[in-house]
Amino acid sequence: MNIPAGLYFTKEHEWVRIEGSAGIAGITDYAQHALGDVTFVELPKKGQVLKQFQLMATVESVKAASDVYAPVSGTIIEMNAELNANPGLVNQDCYAKGWIAKIMLADPQETKNLLDPAAYKAYVEGL
Amino acid sequence: MNSILSTPLTADHIVRGARMAPFAGWNMPIQYEGIIAETLYTRSAVSCFDICHMGEFLLKGDPGACGLEHLVTARLGDMPKGSCRYGSILNEKGGVLDDLIVYRKGPADWMIVVNAATIEKDKKHFQAHLKPGTEFRDVSAQTGKIDLQGPLSRDIIKAIAPAAVTLGYYTFMETNVLGRPALVSRTGYTGELGYELYVPAQEIPELWKKLLDDPRIKPAGLGARDVLRLEMGYSLYGQDINEETTPLDAGLEKFVDFKKDFIGKNALESKKKTGIARQRVFLRTLSRRSPRHEHHIFVDGQTKGIVTSGTFSPHLNCGIGMGFLENIPAARGLNISVGDDKVQIEAVITDKPFVKHTSLKQ
Repeated sequence: MNIPAGLYFTKEHEWVRIEGSAGIAGITDYAQHALGDVTFVELPKKGQVLKQFQLMATVESVKAASDVYAPVSGTIIEMNAELNANPGLVNQDCYAKGWIAKIMLADPQETKNLLDPAAYKAYVEGL
Repeated sequence: MNSILSTPLTADHIVRGARMAPFAGWNMPIQYEGIIAETLYTRSAVSCFDICHMGEFLLKGDPGACGLEHLVTARLGDMPKGSCRYGSILNEKGGVLDDLIVYRKGPADWMIVVNAATIEKDKKHFQAHLKPGTEFRDVSAQTGKIDLQGPLSRDIIKAIAPAAVTLGYYTFMETNVLGRPALVSRTGYTGELGYELYVPAQEIPELWKKLLDDPRIKPAGLGARDVLRLEMGYSLYGQDINEETTPLDAGLEKFVDFKKDFIGKNALESKKKTGIARQRVFLRTLSRRSPRHEHHIFVDGQTKGIVTSGTFSPHLNCGIGMGFLENIPAARGLNISVGDDKVQIEAVITDKPFVKHTSLKQ
């Protein structure tokens, strides 16, 4: 199970990497593995304003569709359009090329509601 | 039945890293490498599937005299020895109790292959309706089955069961597989050239291992099997058809012989007179989004039907599905959408099979 350092995690298996005033978000290795082959990602819209843990995207696999929640509140400033043609990037490289959206942070303090890598690892191992 | 059942290969699947999940009460491999990779490999090369969970009955008797002909919708009396035939067993209301394949081993010697989840129900139905004294045995527990499916499957058969290489579509023979007695049929659930190998359950692990020692053969799980069958438009019992559906609305009328008498015939004939309220339809989406079981089918914004099976087709690169639609004349080509209160996906009514020109009858 790949859980990189430097990221924050949700119990719904999203991750966010804080870069200055923005956060880049996606789904974790645990999530992509559980979903299996990802066949479609419904991306959020640019300018969309989301509250922390609100629905941000939908990821479809061969077997099912799953909701993806915003790990932080803010405004969507960029989406990973590569996923339209190649949703399998979520499986191949969930923490880098398989990112989903970039969010302008509304409240940098919100990371305190998230898990650090050690806490997320312990959480996943307990599932 | 609360505990989950294991096939002779369950432990082996786990060792080989398959992802396991319960299916029809059995702990089955859903995927090995990945559903899409396994689906593509089956259509381009050859895969093997653990299908030991399915049921097998052996039955002796003249089909008319023992009551078998009266149980099954397909005509059995004219089946040549060594042939297979697909059909259903119905209740008196014409509802499908199960779909099955009948194998004629001799003039009065039969094997019947049924779905895993319905073994006990089917057994009771057969025993209740066969003429008393008819020899009937449920050999599901001692019979194992491995499906070998894909355009290269004949090359494998040539090596492991040379006599079976001449088998035509929907025929079978009792022959040796790797020197051990077995039954080999040219049948399957993938739409590709393929074989089903029936061997004693205790010999399954050895056969599975030998098959997988051949670098051409890869194991595939039930996830790929589901995509493959749906790409062909084949129904899955318990999902696309059940006791509330009849062969008429399920699009299976061609597997019903109305020239003979069978359980459920009267109900089907009266439904034919009054007309059926819904029809089986096949649909594909206009995107990579997939229809899902129990999605609604919307026509002009109105709910007009329901999706019974849906998935992503790696061969068409779009979502595909099947379902029931209210009777709308000339539904083919109709623009619809599928979805629920959260999502609506544009789709169109089309024909089966979704994937054409396969190796099935090569």
